[in-house]
Amino acid sequence: MNETPKLNSFRSGPDEDGRFGIFGGRFVAETLMPLILDLQAEWEKAKTDPTFKAEMETLGKHYVGRPSPLYFAERLTEHLGGAKIYFKREELNHTGSHKINNCIGQILLAKRMGKTRIIAETGAGQHGVATATVCARFGLPCVVYMGATDVARQSPNVFRMKLLGAEVKPVTAGNGTLKDAMNEAMRDWVTNVDSTYYLIGTAAGMHPYPEMVRDFQSVIGIEARAQMLEAEGRLPDLVVAAVGGGSNAIGIFHPFLDDASVKILGVEAGGKGLEGDEHCASITAGSPGVLHGNRTYLLQDGDGQIKEGHSISAGLDYPGIGPEHAWLADIGRVDYVPIKDDEALEAFQLLTRLEGIIPALEPSHALAEVIKRAPAMGKDQIILMNLSGRGDKDIFTVGKILGMEQAGA
Amino acid sequence: MTARMDKTFAALQAEGRPALVTYIMGGDPDFETSLAIMKALPLAGSDIIELGMPFSDPMADGPAIQMAGQRALKGGQTLATTLELARRFREDNPDTPIVLMGYYNPIYIYGVDRFLKDAVEVGLDGLIVVDLPPEMDDELCLPALAAGISFIRLATPTTDDRRLPKVLENTSGFVYYVSMNGITGSALPDPSRIGEAVRRIKSHTSLPVCVGFGVKTEEHARAIGAAADGVVVGTAIVNQIASSLTAEGQATEATVPGVAALVRGLSAGTRAARLAAAE
Repeated sequence: MNETPKLNSFRSGPDEDGRFGIFGGRFVAETLMPLILDLQAEWEKAKTDPTFKAEMETLGKHYVGRPSPLYFAERLTEHLGGAKIYFKREELNHTGSHKINNCIGQILLAKRMGKTRIIAETGAGQHGVATATVCARFGLPCVVYMGATDVARQSPNVFRMKLLGAEVKPVTAGNGTLKDAMNEAMRDWVTNVDSTYYLIGTAAGMHPYPEMVRDFQSVIGIEARAQMLEAEGRLPDLVVAAVGGGSNAIGIFHPFLDDASVKILGVEAGGKGLEGDEHCASITAGSPGVLHGNRTYLLQDGDGQIKEGHSISAGLDYPGIGPEHAWLADIGRVDYVPIKDDEALEAFQLLTRLEGIIPALEPSHALAEVIKRAPAMGKDQIILMNLSGRGDKDIFTVGKILGMEQAGA
Repeated sequence: MTARMDKTFAALQAEGRPALVTYIMGGDPDFETSLAIMKALPLAGSDIIELGMPFSDPMADGPAIQMAGQRALKGGQTLATTLELARRFREDNPDTPIVLMGYYNPIYIYGVDRFLKDAVEVGLDGLIVVDLPPEMDDELCLPALAAGISFIRLATPTTDDRRLPKVLENTSGFVYYVSMNGITGSALPDPSRIGEAVRRIKSHTSLPVCVGFGVKTEEHARAIGAAADGVVVGTAIVNQIASSLTAEGQATEATVPGVAALVRGLSAGTRAARLAAAE
C-alpha cells in the first residue's frame, strides 16, 4: 500500500468510488445506497453552482463571522522561546468551533434534496450545537444522538442544543461515546431514509462525506494560507491540528498538502498512554479496518471487534479517523503523534494564562505538541496551529480535575 | 451457489411451500447452547439457517440482535468459533444450508482468502454481509462466488427498478427482501405491499425471494409465506432465547426447547402459507 506512484498532487483524492488509496469507500447497508448516490450527485452539482457558492459565502461572512482571524500568539512565542506561533482562530466562529463551516454547507444540500428532518451525532457537543443552530436558522427539526457519558461531561452543550430546539437522545450502548452515537444515528437514518438527512460532523464515514466535509472545512486552510502570506510574506514551516475524526485538521491541512516546504502534523488523543486501551490514537496504535461506512485506521482487537477508546476530550473520543488522514499517514505526507490527557490539560492552562484564550480540550492536544516542538525550532520559523474550538464547554470538566470547586457548589 | 442451497429450494418447490429461514446469533448465549439450538432448528422445521457473526457495532440491527451479539462476544465468541459452530453442525447435518450473516470488519481482519478457504471447508453455503453493497463487490462478493459460496444480497424498499439490476447482478442463492427501511426487529408492514415488492423483484430475477424484518408469529409467517419463496425470522427467535436466560445471561433448561417450540409454530405457518394463498 506504500507503493503509490509519485503523485502530481496530494489534493486530487478521492477517486470516483470514494477511495484514498485503500482507505475510504462506501461500506453501507443497501437501504442507504440510493440516498448516498443521490447525495453525491447533488454535491457534484452544488460544487460548481455559483448560487451555492454565493449562499455559502454570504452565510460564512454574516452568520459565522468569516474569515476567522490569524493571530500571532506573542506571549506564548516568547514563553517558549523558539518558533513564532500563529493560531487560526476558529474558536471565534459562531457556536464556538470550526463545526459550523460544515453544517452550513450540508444543511444547504439537505434543503436542495428536499429533506425535512436532520439528524446528527455528536461527541463534545460542538457539532450537535452547530447542527442545532443551522436547523434553527433554516427551520428544520433536529435530532442529535449523543453518548450518555458525553451528555454528562458536556452538559453546557446539551443545554445549548435543547435551547436551540433540538431533541438530544442519549445513547447508552457501549461506553456511551461518539462511536455509539454514530451507530444510533445510522440506525435512525436507515429507518427514516426518505425524509431524513444525516448531517455527519467529521470528515469520515461513507463517500461522499469525507470529501464533502473536507471541502467545507478547507475554508480554514485557504484563509490561513492567504493570511499567513499577508502577515509574514511566506508559508509556515509547520502546520498542526488535533485529530479525532479529523475535520478541523483536514480543513487546515488540505490547502497546504502540495506545499513541499510545509511540514504537517496531526495530533491524536493519547489518553492515559498508548500502553493500555485508554487512548484514541487510531493511526499511531490502530490498524486498517472497516467501520461506519469507510476503511480506515481503527482501534480493534484481533477478531475485528472495535474497541472503546478513551480521551479526556469528548471530541477526540472516537476509535477511528477520517480515511484521507489514514492515507496521508500511509504515504508519509502527514505525521501523526499522540498527546496524553495530562499534557493537553497543561497546555489548556498555559494558553488560558498567557494569552487569555480558553481553548477547547481538543485543540489543547495540538497545543501540547506545539509546546514540545516550538522551543527546538528557530526564531525565524513559523508554526500555524488550528485553534479549532473554545473551551467554555470544558471548564467544568477541567475545574473538577484541577480540584477547583465552583462557588457555592 | 452450492448444491445444498439448490437442492433445498428445488425440494421446497416440489413440495409447493415457502422456505422457513431462521436466524440465530452464533455463540448466543454460549457456544454449546448455540450449537444445541442450531441442531434443533432443522428438526423443528427450519429449512435454512442464518448464523449471525457477532460484531461490536451492528449498525443495522435493533436492540434484540445488538444484545444477542453482546452476549455472544461476552461469552468469547469470535469469527473462528462461529466457523467452528458451522463445522460441528455439519458433522451430523449434511443437508441444511447455512448462511453466515453479519458485518465485514471481522471477515476483513480474519483475511478474506483465509476466511473463504475455511468457509468452504466447514460447509458454509452463503454469506450476507450487511455493509457490502454492490459498489464494494471486489472486497468479498466476487471472491466468494469464485470459491463457490453464494453472496446473498439485501433488497429494500429503497431499491427501485433503476437500482435492482445492479443489486441482483452478482447475487446468488436467494434474494433477501428486507420488508421495510429500518433496523432488525421493527414492526411488520402490510403483507399486500410485500407481495407487490416480491413480484417486482421477481420480474428482474429467477432467484428465490425470501422476505424478512418484522416476522414474529405463525400468522405473520403464513401471510408472508403466501407472497414469497421464503420467510426469514430473526428477532423473534433471538427474543425467545433472551427470555429463557437467567438474570446473568446464562442458558437454562428452557432455552433450547423454547426456540424449538417457536420454530415449530413458524414452520406450521409457512407450511399453511400456500393453502392460504390458494383460498
